[in-house]
Amino acid sequence: MPDTPSPNHGFPGRLFVFEGLDGSGKSTQAALLGKWLQSNGYRVFFTEWNSSELVSNTIRRGKKKGLLTPTTFSLLHATDFADRFERKILPPLRAGYLVVCDRYTYTAFVRDAARGCDPAWVRTIYSFAPRPDRVFYFRVPVAVTLKRKLSSRLKMNYYEAGMDLGLSDDLVESYERFQGRLKREYDRISTTDHFRVVDATRPVESIQAELRKDLKPMLANFPTGERLMHDG
Amino acid sequence: MTDRTYGTRLPGLPKEIPAGKLIVVEGADGSGRTTEVALLKEWLEVEGHAVVDTGLRRSDLVSGEIDQAKQGHTLAATTMALLYAADFADQLENKIVPALSAGSTVLADRYIYTLMARAIVRGASREYARQLYGFALRPDLVIFLDARAEILLHRSIGKYGSLDYWESGMDLCLSRDLFESFFLYQALLSREFEWMSSEYAFHAVDANRAPETVHEEVQRLVAPLYGRRFVAPRRPPESPPRSVSRVPRRAASA
Repeated sequence: MPDTPSPNHGFPGRLFVFEGLDGSGKSTQAALLGKWLQSNGYRVFFTEWNSSELVSNTIRRGKKKGLLTPTTFSLLHATDFADRFERKILPPLRAGYLVVCDRYTYTAFVRDAARGCDPAWVRTIYSFAPRPDRVFYFRVPVAVTLKRKLSSRLKMNYYEAGMDLGLSDDLVESYERFQGRLKREYDRISTTDHFRVVDATRPVESIQAELRKDLKPMLANFPTGERLMHDG
Repeated sequence: MTDRTYGTRLPGLPKEIPAGKLIVVEGADGSGRTTEVALLKEWLEVEGHAVVDTGLRRSDLVSGEIDQAKQGHTLAATTMALLYAADFADQLENKIVPALSAGSTVLADRYIYTLMARAIVRGASREYARQLYGFALRPDLVIFLDARAEILLHRSIGKYGSLDYWESGMDLCLSRDLFESFFLYQALLSREFEWMSSEYAFHAVDANRAPETVHEEVQRLVAPLYGRRFVAPRRPPESPPRSVSRVPRRAASA
């Protein structure tokens, strides 16, 4: 039976995006949602914002040598995203899968804007990526993410803390200020880009329930199929 | 300044207009571009100008990855266009802008136009290419060496002993035949250069002629940038005047 094309991008699949600051809990929620969709018999494809080998080597080397400027940083991440999009996101979308993306172009929009790139320019270079069927934005105060970050043993990295911007010599202070910029940018585009804003300070279970309830109507007539799960 | 870019200001670009001149020499492989850049550099230096020359795919950042990707044919069109743009941005910020700020003349052996043309013939829209490279600095002069495909073919064979896979656009699968693909590919590129020629105010120079003749016309175009009106013609000593071969002054665009 032919799938109904998405009104947003015209492909038979659906694209669900999870956005938010590091430590907002979006990855946990994306994984749980994927499990649920899969257990309901849908064809699900899950993908994360991790780099393809080709470009990640460059990004790593560039970061190490301090060679990256906001523009090259932006373009290399766009290259990386384009590669992943063309290989991993587009094929399942065309094949009629429910594609769950842990981060999408919006991550680049807010990060590049925080680094001073022209937002309109950044949007154009990502114009090949279609509009998702739903964007969940996990909204959380920076202080909460910082607490989660400091209590876990995850190391805070140089670029994640925006140290390249020279906001502060102190890693934690720079992190707070940079993440604050990202949050303001996320908040700003949340209306224009029609984000479904999720209060991410709430318990995991209640957030998950909210997401499932939100997507249910959209999935009402969506065909189920083989149970396939790929690692993005 | 904003008006020295094509619309998108680079974050961190110096506020003041860089003092040096940016001269671009564009043209297909075999159009005599590299020869002309060498001649032009020599001439400008003799005239007392500091010259930094730059080409495509020479940055430290990603040139290795570009070579790697080309070997494996692994990247799709958009990805490749973005990777080239990253490479160009790196050169622009780390080489071209600093040299211009120091007052040097930057002589670019190809620029965004070649990258745009390649991206467009591989499927990007003109608008996408234009906006992608919106951060590029607007050159003071773009010289386009315009040569017929037959001329390019002979020079290419003379240079490599055969036809280059990429310069023949074999990755586009226009034809399995290298020779045929070369002509089809050059025709596609030529169409894009034609569009850009008016869009970006190219000065076309007829490159079907001998390098010295081409160089003289280029000198005539470059001299005004330095406040000069004429280029003193080089007179071979004790030879009869060759007024016949002297190209009369005419409109730059052919």
